[in-house]
Amino acid sequence: MNDVAVIVGYALRESLRRKVFLIVLLLSCAFLALYGVGAWRAFRDTASFVSPDQIGLDSDVVTGATVLGLAMFATLFLGTVLAIFLTLGVVRGDAERGLLQPLVVRPVGRSTLIVARFIAAAVVCGVYVVVLFAAETVITGLAGGWWPDHAVLAGGELVVAVAVIVALSLLGSVFLSATANGIAVFMVFGGGLVAGLLAQIGRAIGSDTLRSIGRWASLALPFEALYQDSLHVITSGTSGFNRFALELGPFGGSVGGGAEVRAWAVVYLVLVGAACLAAFARRDLP
Amino acid sequence: MPPALAARGLGKHYGSIRALDGVDLELAEGDLVGLLGPNGAGKSTLVKIACGLVRPTDGSVDICGARAGSAAARRSLGYLAELFRFPGWVTADELLVLHQRLAGSRGGVAERTELLELVGLVEARDRRVEEMSKGMQQRLGLAQALVGSPPVLLLDEPTSALDPSGRRTVRELLEELRARGHTVLLNSHLLSEVELVCDRVAIISRGRLVTEGSPAELSRERGVEVETASGTRVFERATRADAPGIVARLVAEGEQVYGVRVLSTTLEDVYLEAVAE
Repeated sequence: MNDVAVIVGYALRESLRRKVFLIVLLLSCAFLALYGVGAWRAFRDTASFVSPDQIGLDSDVVTGATVLGLAMFATLFLGTVLAIFLTLGVVRGDAERGLLQPLVVRPVGRSTLIVARFIAAAVVCGVYVVVLFAAETVITGLAGGWWPDHAVLAGGELVVAVAVIVALSLLGSVFLSATANGIAVFMVFGGGLVAGLLAQIGRAIGSDTLRSIGRWASLALPFEALYQDSLHVITSGTSGFNRFALELGPFGGSVGGGAEVRAWAVVYLVLVGAACLAAFARRDLP
Repeated sequence: MPPALAARGLGKHYGSIRALDGVDLELAEGDLVGLLGPNGAGKSTLVKIACGLVRPTDGSVDICGARAGSAAARRSLGYLAELFRFPGWVTADELLVLHQRLAGSRGGVAERTELLELVGLVEARDRRVEEMSKGMQQRLGLAQALVGSPPVLLLDEPTSALDPSGRRTVRELLEELRARGHTVLLNSHLLSEVELVCDRVAIISRGRLVTEGSPAELSRERGVEVETASGTRVFERATRADAPGIVARLVAEGEQVYGVRVLSTTLEDVYLEAVAE
C-alpha cells in the first residue's frame, strides 16, 4: 500500500509541477463564468414563454434541467479530456520515452505501478468532476431557483463514467503509442455518445434497431449509460407536462439504467482493470 | 551461494529476428564483467531480460538465485538504461528520494548525498533534470541505479554521454564499486574503458556468446619488436620466450640493441576477430 501511495504522490506531483491543475482551473473558471451568464439569460428569457399556472408547465424546471444537462455533458467531456491526457502514455508512451523502465525494475512491480496510476488519475478526474458539477448545480440553482433531484447520485455517476474512461485509456496505453491511444479513446468516447443519441432517436421514432444499438453501446461503453442515467436522475421526480416538455429536449429523452447500469459499470471497471494488469504483466518494455 | 547473475540457454526472438540464441553467462559476487558486441548483437536484450523488462523466449536468467523479473530479483539489482530518461520536472534529489522509496532504502539524506558526491553532482542536487546536460543526467542515472546499494548492477552504456573527465569519474566509480563487493555487468562499446576496469570480458555477436575471459586471457602474443641502431624490427609470431635469442642473434650480427618489447593483441584485435567469425 505504501508503494501505491508513493506512485500516486509522484503522479500527482507531476500534474502539479507541470501546471496541469493550474491550466484546468483557469479554463474551468472561464467555462463556469460563461455557464453562469448563459444559465441566468436562459432562465430570464424563458420566464416569459408561458405562465406556470396556465398549462402546468414550469419553465424554470425545463430550463434548469436542460441547461444543467448541457453542463453535465460538458463536465463529462472535460473530465474525459483530463482523464485521457493524464493516462494516454502511461505504459507504451512512457516506455518509448525511457521513463517507465527505471520504475518497473524497482521492487514495486508492474501491478502496483498500474493500479497506482489508475488511482491517481481517477482521483484527480473524480475530484474535478465533483467540483465542476457542484459548481454548475449551485450556479443553476442561484440563477433560476431550480435544483436537481438526486444531485449526489448524478455526480457520482459522472465520476464513475470518467473512471471508466481512465481505465480504458490505461488499457489502451499498454498497446498503443501515446498519440494513437489518445485518438483511440477520444473516438471511443465520441462513438459512445453517438450511440446514446441514436438510442434516443430510436426510442422517439420506435426503431428497434436503434434501440438495440443503444443497449449494446451501454454494455460495451458503460460511461455512456452512466451519463444517460445521471441525466435521468436529475429530473426523476418531474412528471406531467414538465416531463413531457423535458423529453422533447436534447437531454430529456435519456433513459435511466438504474442500479443495473451502476453495477455493470463497477464490474466493467474490474474487467478492464484485470485486462490491463494481465496485458502489462506480459508486455516487453524494450 | 548462488551466482550474482546466471544466464542459462538464454534466447529471445522478435518474430523472425533472433536477438539472443542460447547464451550462457555467469557472474560471481564481486565480478566486474564487460559485455561487448556490435550494434544489434543482443547485449541490451540480455540486460533487459536480466532486469525483467523483456521476457526470454528460451532459457532463463537468475539474479542472486531469484528468477529475473521477480520481486526478489528486482530487489537485488540496480539498472541504468542505455536510453536513460528521467522526468524533467524533478530535481536530482527528488529523483533519488523517489527511488529510495521504491527500493525500500532507509538511507535518507546521507545516502543521497553520498551518491551525488560519488557521481560529482552534489552541487546540482536541487537542479531539475530538464536543466541538466546529457552527461549530468547520465551521472544522475548512475546514482539512481546505486540507490539502496543493490548487490548487482546492470549498466547499459553508462558513459555514452560523458566527456573524458566524466568517463574517468565513472571508471573510478566502477573501481570503487568493485572494492565494495558489487557485481557489475557493464555493457559498453568503449573497449579501452572495458579493458581498463573489467575483470572479465564477454563478447556477443549475432545473439551468441562468442568468447569470454579476462583481458589477459583473451590477448595473445603476436611478435617481438626490437629497437636497434638501424631502426625498429618486428619479429612476427615470436613469443616472449624467443626474445633473448633474438637479441643475442642481433648482437652477434653486430647490431646495437636499445629496446625490446613483446607485442600482444589488444582487446580491439580480439573483439574484431571474435565478431568477424
